[in-house]
Amino acid sequence: MVTSVTSFGRSGLYDWLIQRVGAVVMAAYVIFLAVYIALNPDLTYEQWSALFGQLWVRVFSFVTLLSFISHAWIGLWAVLTDYLTERLMGSKATVLRIFAQMVLGGVAITYLVWGIEILWGFK
Amino acid sequence: MNKKRPVNLDLSTIKLPITGFASFFHRVSGILLFAGMAFLLWMLDSSLDSQESFAAVRDVSSNPICKFVLFVVLAGLAYHMVMGIRHLIMDFGVGESLKGGQLGAKIAFVIAFVSIALIGVWVW
Repeated sequence: MVTSVTSFGRSGLYDWLIQRVGAVVMAAYVIFLAVYIALNPDLTYEQWSALFGQLWVRVFSFVTLLSFISHAWIGLWAVLTDYLTERLMGSKATVLRIFAQMVLGGVAITYLVWGIEILWGFK
Repeated sequence: MNKKRPVNLDLSTIKLPITGFASFFHRVSGILLFAGMAFLLWMLDSSLDSQESFAAVRDVSSNPICKFVLFVVLAGLAYHMVMGIRHLIMDFGVGESLKGGQLGAKIAFVIAFVSIALIGVWVW
């Protein structure tokens, strides 16, 4: 079965670590934004764009996006290799799974480029 | 490895224990969040684009469909995060026994439910 070759880090231990480091980064980012929004109930566009105008916020956002993409790839790989298997899907399972992973990869790259455009493209 | 060994992953024939439900919905919420990211990026994009589009995002609750999508994405995020933190705690060796796993799942379900209820109150 062609499974480990489509994993994120070609190693279960490496995937395990990347997924957890990314999880901690994303949790910190969610808490950061939730606290910021809770502390600023009358948030204005000026405040919001000034927040994202700071380099560290853009870097934090970008690292969170990278964490999201790697975390999602590892998680969805686990789901796909569990269910798109020859036992459940027949002989076309590997082709189906590789196709699904290509679609996921396309979506992930789109999120990445879109995120860069948002973070470094606004005035 | 014997590839013919019997494995049962047919969810319709499995009666899941509470830990199984916690895990199953962790996967479902993860899949949901991968799609929901498009909505969150759209919100961030609009909120930073201009004064007018920022106001539109602030008034997202005036559109019942957007309000519902926002709630579903945030609820999925809350559930996935609570169950993820449970995972991290278990990685440190806490609550790895059968009883511990069941108790941990129950506690996580309660925290997730309360978080989702609070998000519902905040969105509506």
